[in-house]
Amino acid sequence: MSPTTDGRRPRIVVVGHGMVGHRFVAAAVERGLTATHDVVVLGEEPRAAYDRVALTSFFEVGADALSLLPGGAYDDPRVTLRLTTAVVGIDRDARTVTTAEGEEIAYDELVLATGAAPFVPPVPGKDLDGCFVYRTIEDLEAIRTAAAPGPDGTRKRGVVIGGGLLGLEAANALHQLGVEAHVVEMAPRLMPVQLDETGGATLVRHIEKLGLTVHCGVASTEVLDDGTGRVAGLGLRDADPIAADIVVFSAGIRPRDGLARDAALEVTPRGGVLVDERLRSVTDPHVWAIGECAAPAGVMYGLVAPGYAMAEIVVDTLLGGTAGAFTGADMSTKLKLLGVDVASFGDAFATTPDALELVFSDAVAGLYKKLVVGPAPDAPDSWVLLGGILVGDASAYGLLRPMVASGMLLPDNPEELILPESRGALQLGLPDEAVVCSCNNVTKRDLLDAVDVDGAHRCEDLGATKACTGAGTTCGSCVPTVKGIIEDYFTAVGKAVDTSLCEHFALTRQELFDVVAVHGYRSFTEVVEGHGTGRGCDICRPTIASILASQLGGHVLEGETGALQDTNDAYLANIQKNGTYSVVPRIPGGEITPEKLIVIGEVARDFGLYTKITGGQRIDLFGARMEELPAIWTRLVDAGFESGHAYGKSLRTVKSCVGSTWCRYGVQDSVQLAIDLELRYRGLRSPHKLKGGVSGCARECAEARSKDFGVIATEKGWNLYVAGNGGATPRHAELLVGDVDTATLVRYLDRFLMYYIRTADRLQRTAPWVESLDGGLERVREVVVDDALGLGSELEAAMARHVDSYFDEWKATLDDPAKLARFVSFVNAPDVPDPAITFTTERGQVRPAEPDAPVDLGASIPVGAPR
Amino acid sequence: MSWTPVCTVDDLPRERGVAALVEGRAVALFRTYDDAWFALDNRCPFANASVLARGIVGTRGDVPFVASPMLKQPFGLRDGVCLDDPTVRVQAYAVRVTDGVVHIGPALTDQPTDQEAP
Repeated sequence: MSPTTDGRRPRIVVVGHGMVGHRFVAAAVERGLTATHDVVVLGEEPRAAYDRVALTSFFEVGADALSLLPGGAYDDPRVTLRLTTAVVGIDRDARTVTTAEGEEIAYDELVLATGAAPFVPPVPGKDLDGCFVYRTIEDLEAIRTAAAPGPDGTRKRGVVIGGGLLGLEAANALHQLGVEAHVVEMAPRLMPVQLDETGGATLVRHIEKLGLTVHCGVASTEVLDDGTGRVAGLGLRDADPIAADIVVFSAGIRPRDGLARDAALEVTPRGGVLVDERLRSVTDPHVWAIGECAAPAGVMYGLVAPGYAMAEIVVDTLLGGTAGAFTGADMSTKLKLLGVDVASFGDAFATTPDALELVFSDAVAGLYKKLVVGPAPDAPDSWVLLGGILVGDASAYGLLRPMVASGMLLPDNPEELILPESRGALQLGLPDEAVVCSCNNVTKRDLLDAVDVDGAHRCEDLGATKACTGAGTTCGSCVPTVKGIIEDYFTAVGKAVDTSLCEHFALTRQELFDVVAVHGYRSFTEVVEGHGTGRGCDICRPTIASILASQLGGHVLEGETGALQDTNDAYLANIQKNGTYSVVPRIPGGEITPEKLIVIGEVARDFGLYTKITGGQRIDLFGARMEELPAIWTRLVDAGFESGHAYGKSLRTVKSCVGSTWCRYGVQDSVQLAIDLELRYRGLRSPHKLKGGVSGCARECAEARSKDFGVIATEKGWNLYVAGNGGATPRHAELLVGDVDTATLVRYLDRFLMYYIRTADRLQRTAPWVESLDGGLERVREVVVDDALGLGSELEAAMARHVDSYFDEWKATLDDPAKLARFVSFVNAPDVPDPAITFTTERGQVRPAEPDAPVDLGASIPVGAPR
Repeated sequence: MSWTPVCTVDDLPRERGVAALVEGRAVALFRTYDDAWFALDNRCPFANASVLARGIVGTRGDVPFVASPMLKQPFGLRDGVCLDDPTVRVQAYAVRVTDGVVHIGPALTDQPTDQEAP
């Protein structure tokens, strides 16, 4: 669109900064609309846009993790975001909006993204103290305050009115807050829009097992008053009232179209600004509406994906595009409610003429799966998938939904698509045009283009394909299907991704870990004779050493195990370029007494060691000959030091800032926590090195978010971040859980670390490990915080065993003549230093001497990158 | 080079190496899982450091090898040839065991043998 006639840059005013408003602005920035237009966004809430779909996780992760704009501003000077700015009027003739403060803001194009408001039925008592809606973070904060147990510890009782999607989310929130929760639904079943009777009944059984009570086919008549203006319960028609302290209305939403009505823009009878398929108001060509406040062709869409599609179309149209048109949306739904998978897609109620239903139901296992099929329009005797319902296990959703959209013919035995343990449905082959990721509109063809070995992108794995296409980056439900498609492709072109550890084991590290656990193996020989070939190599031997150490504890140099270790573990020190070693005593949290500092200085001086402060707040002593290590460690152990495990794939340090003890900004004692965590996890063998950090306030001086686990103090407790690292591919750790107390923090950390140790690949640090999981960080949260696999206590017990069995392996080595016997320069001349090791001095300390002359090997030697 | 006794059989556990000083040279002595004995120059030509005795001992196919502890290049224990780059080779020596005593002997030339010399 060209500049305005007076040469001023045209201005787009966006009213509402929810998910859809944010998507509009993000797309405007990304697609270059801000090159020609200024964008002013007016948000009514005090916060920038946040993920309302994940609202229930607010209690676990806090507001920061939900934010869609963590920095609070767009990285584009042409965008102005103003929060706490409600718009109260539109003057379409003057093309201005008026804020609650009375300010008038001019627009050239006005985009309404005001969303929807909860519908509160007009029952008596709906405004009593204790009545809530469920829509914003502020609503949740108010519910949390009301849900706190009474002074005598009694649980609060709560009723949610509405058993649809939102109502069950609200019930989940009450349940998480420890409230005794009831759900009241007027329809005869839960989720009446998405589920049929059996599906709803299956869901009820799952939910009641968790201790919630469900009342279906029941109408609420009034909220009961306790006589002081507070909620006492909920009155029901033809049923006993439910006693309650809290009532949450979650009986649907209504478009917030009041501004449009007042400005005489046409709205539909059921609410929503009437717009054309470009989302342009039918009344005024300079007004647009997107998301839940809009009603394209008279229909309002209460899901986020159609809202996103609308935002993209308006940006496209304002850019001068003509391709975009909103002609309806896939209202398929997949979600996890109270830990139960529920999905509904396509013609779930078999309303299409001649439709048939195929049902698999297992009441014992709590599974209900229904396919709706119909005769194929152009192929006699063939069938197509029209829709379906999945409760209890929605893993087939990622495949079934695109089958509906593509209209592909069903195989001869379509029931196999929903039977447990059926053949891989992927073998059926989706057509290329099938939309695999509906959130980001990615087709199978797009995925195949991304991984094409002769193509432009040449993505090599799932992570690269996700980043390249955007598939699976929003709700994640399609990730298993995406993974299957790219794996099938690689297999087809003979680029099978070999997950074998090495030539000796056709297993991944995770499979090996399980094999060792299941069989209770205690030695490499047992493992390789049972599941491998040959006698191993420099890849599988240290891997199995690490697995045995994680599962059994014990000394890494005990018996046959000693022959599995890399040279660093084998000599409990770090080998350097000239064959000498460096020594790093543990200095937990970086805190050290002057006496200990003096001992380190004396040892370095007496053995002629080069000293350097490490990045992990400890001291590295270089240049120790292998045969000197026992004498050095005798001195260190006598002074109270222990191994720092700088040589191991294990916990290195937990770095800390000085925290509230000294710092005027500190809010928690970060040093104490860092010491406690370092001592708890010291010696823990893992797939790769592990680093931690603890900062005593939000200034983050410990750089904790660059660690595998980082803890940052808050006023209320600790925020736990996971899966960060420095190095070649720096990654900031991401928030796993917020505002937890120390005991909870340690419990989640125990689970996180053990889950990582059990399932990560060899030499895979936590960040790529999280990236490789289906569902990514959300999956980690399910396992660690929600305990979705029921593994929590097992993981904690495994960590408790580690903590109980810890011993200092250097002290144990000094106490064992058999282990000490390995620390000799020459087996036949134990006191003769290796003449090949020579030093020179530089800046007052020793350093390895350079070889006297270049070494001629008679050929050029290609030296590969370090593995 | 004559035969030099360097240690007893019990001084070296299976699948490990140890350095021995033989006529002023550092030689890496190895014992595999099947109690075969091998000796190579201790110096890793890639790292130019005297470290091969401290590498991990394993097999590639049916070839016993040691991985340099520095950058993991594999050297066949029978002949000292680098398995990833046959143009690089470390010197291999004969080994024999007599009455439980391990001796390191002459440098092996073009036809390496699997076991100790007579």
